Amino acid sequence: MSAISSKRNIIIVSIAAIAVILLGIFTPLLRLIFGLLIPLTAILVFIGGIIYRVVQWAKSPEPFRITTTCGQQHSLPWIKSNRLDNPHSTWAVIGRMALEVLFFRSLFRNTKAELKSGPNLVYGSTKYLWLGALAFHWCFLVIVLRHLRFFTDPTPSFVLWLESLDGFFQIGVPILYMTDIVILAALGFLLFRRLMDAKLRYISLPADYAPLLLILAIVATGVLMRYTSAKPDIVGVKELMMGMASFHPALPSGIGWMFYLHLLLVSMLIAYFPFSKLMHMAGVFLSPTRNLANTNRVIRHINPWDYPVKVHTYQEWEHEFRDKLKSSGYELDDKS
Amino acid sequence: MSENPAKKPEELSRIDYQPPQKSWMDPSIDFKKKRGSWCYSGATKNVAYLDLPNPREWSPADEDWKLPENWKEIIFEGIRERMDKYRSFRLFMDICVRCGACADKCHYFIGSGDPKNMPVLRAELLRSIYRNDFTAAGKLLGKWAGGRELTVDVLKEWFYYFFQCTECRRCSVFCPYGIDTAEITMHVRELLALVGIGINWILEPVANCYRTGNHLGVPPHAFRDNIEFAADDLKDVIGIQVDAPINKKGAEILVIVPSADYFASPHYYTFLGYLALFHEIGLDYTFSAYASEGGNFGLFHSREMLKRLNAKIYAEAKRLGVKWILGCECGHMWRVVHQYMDTVNGPADFLEEPVSPITGTRFDNARSTKMVHICEFTADLIHNQKIKLDPSRNDHWKVTFHDSCNPARAMGLIEEPRYVLNNVCNYFYEMPENTIKEQTFCCGSGSGLGTDENLEMRLRGGLPRANAVKHVHEKHGVNVLSCICAIDKATLPDLLKYWIPGIEVCGIHELVGNALIMEGEERTTDLRGTPLTAGESSSDEPGEETHV
Repeated sequence: MSAISSKRNIIIVSIAAIAVILLGIFTPLLRLIFGLLIPLTAILVFIGGIIYRVVQWAKSPEPFRITTTCGQQHSLPWIKSNRLDNPHSTWAVIGRMALEVLFFRSLFRNTKAELKSGPNLVYGSTKYLWLGALAFHWCFLVIVLRHLRFFTDPTPSFVLWLESLDGFFQIGVPILYMTDIVILAALGFLLFRRLMDAKLRYISLPADYAPLLLILAIVATGVLMRYTSAKPDIVGVKELMMGMASFHPALPSGIGWMFYLHLLLVSMLIAYFPFSKLMHMAGVFLSPTRNLANTNRVIRHINPWDYPVKVHTYQEWEHEFRDKLKSSGYELDDKS
Repeated sequence: MSENPAKKPEELSRIDYQPPQKSWMDPSIDFKKKRGSWCYSGATKNVAYLDLPNPREWSPADEDWKLPENWKEIIFEGIRERMDKYRSFRLFMDICVRCGACADKCHYFIGSGDPKNMPVLRAELLRSIYRNDFTAAGKLLGKWAGGRELTVDVLKEWFYYFFQCTECRRCSVFCPYGIDTAEITMHVRELLALVGIGINWILEPVANCYRTGNHLGVPPHAFRDNIEFAADDLKDVIGIQVDAPINKKGAEILVIVPSADYFASPHYYTFLGYLALFHEIGLDYTFSAYASEGGNFGLFHSREMLKRLNAKIYAEAKRLGVKWILGCECGHMWRVVHQYMDTVNGPADFLEEPVSPITGTRFDNARSTKMVHICEFTADLIHNQKIKLDPSRNDHWKVTFHDSCNPARAMGLIEEPRYVLNNVCNYFYEMPENTIKEQTFCCGSGSGLGTDENLEMRLRGGLPRANAVKHVHEKHGVNVLSCICAIDKATLPDLLKYWIPGIEVCGIHELVGNALIMEGEERTTDLRGTPLTAGESSSDEPGEETHV
């Protein structure tokens, strides 16, 4: 299969799938395909794909300890070391990784370099990317957790708690979730930034726009279902999802086409996930510049594939420079 | 660096950050037009001496680079090998989201505006090949998945841009996933070396070091002459004849310096500083003519070459029967010592855990590698009040400190040099916080790029550092930039002369040597021969000048 035709096939299949849903022709067979087969396949691809990719990374060793140190090392006892940015113990590494994964520590450092006349370079702190990224990721997590309501019975208390927190301001009926607004704003900002900044536009690939647009579409269909007349039959949805989660598939009718579109988009996202840059979610944990303690001179790091190399030994060196060494008054090892 | 390029600072600092129309996927580079931005090819004799592939006469400006017929196969095999050996290879290829946080962190991008100097795009030059031929998405979707076919033009582009990265790792501080462009640059330089593409400014020092023991190719008799000459010079300043032992078996400590310290200026004054300090504290030490290089240009060639050159240090420590090793002021040397040496050439079980013979301090942080940084050593001496210092002898210097990339970002050696500085001089001023410590800017000439033919690019890369110096020069009258790196000392004087004239460069131990009160000394000048009493009058001068 050539690259071009396969690309065309993927596009055609996607368009056809969306068209089927939009046309609303829901025979039991199509309900089976869109309500069960596609989502289940996507979940399998998602889980299998992630495992495959992580194993693929983990199979290769990290032969050297190449920590990027971002603060004072642990050296003399009277010098205060920076444990979180330059960790020297496993706990400190866990702390560093937690800051990185939960709060995007490195992105928080972001600066913007500007060249003014003179020339005069100034570096301003810039937190927009950090804020946008953090808002997006945390909202995404909360929204995913809120969706557990559809897979569990009774709904776990932390999900109920998250829902009430998310709807804290009790605006409207149904109550407006803050995460819905924030994630739309954050996604909009991330997309806007990519399009408007000439440098970013220059480096962006289709693979950078695809996830943004896909997630936007997912959020949009979700929001439409919750807040507009496109509301699906919730009882049917729960029956379908519970069936999937408990391995007793059910295919209720009359759920509504918007739901199937939402489900299809989610399926596309998670099936695409293991093959995309979204794998940064798992990859960040394996990053050697962050997850290794700066204990280089304390504990020897072993390179599993280390091999002997050709070196210029002292004996060879002494032999080569013998006359000069002698005349210059060096004591030789080889006295002959 | 002999001559300044034709372009004046005003012209060089008009930088256009607007990316071009042409897609970055187009690899073509006009080498003839880009003179001043690339380095000369490795000389045949050096490539051959080191038993490296494809020794031949060639120039980057040639159309035909005389690659082996199966070059593509060699590169692909090289990629496969590195994917198996380094987690960082595939990981750093896979997880970049092109958020652009790294873009304006690179000194070369800031100074040139060339979009391929954005760390993200530099990495994409390799990533696009990886995606095209080593990932399912790339094989299926090609260009749509960001894939690019490997061609000779891509190799040439790699040569151009991966010898335009100083492996300073500033971008990796800001990357949310810790992607380290230095790691990617090391991979690509290794790949290029497989088909015989390399630069002479790396290969010649490597060949020299392999043969004589140091990058400059100083043979053992000249090494002895230089050291003795330095001791004589020091006597002229302090009136004391110090001992500077070489290859002394049974000494307690092996001292490793970068070869420029005993050969080049202004490193030399730092070397005098070491000699004075070691004499005053009565250190039982030795230099080595065989391991007469701390620096390691092998790092800039391949991990294998790094190991081949570095092996001499432990071998010599063992032969001489020393207890531990003291490493002096050098940036990338400390990247190798701290992050590679123990792994590639250890375990150093024939050495003892380093203990300062003067203070009794046990250097726990070096208990496996057994090598201590001289700033750690001296800071400990000062903290324990084992040396007497008169910081006013440095009053003619208004000092700032340039963190060298590797001690800052590969070790975290940040407070030790500052502690020493604060004790040896009265006027110490920090540059703006976004330009120091872990955010320090490279001199623009690291990783083997400090040569003449790429001067324009080096001047561009040196702009962020020079600009930060300008700031403290105008604000506090700073007139000397102190640093702990031999490449800094070799290249910053000229870079600063171009961007902001009137600033000197010194090592920290030069200032230590000046301030050190020695028993029996008779001094009228500092280590540079500047009369000590003249300090007051010269100190006001620099602040009055203004630079555009």
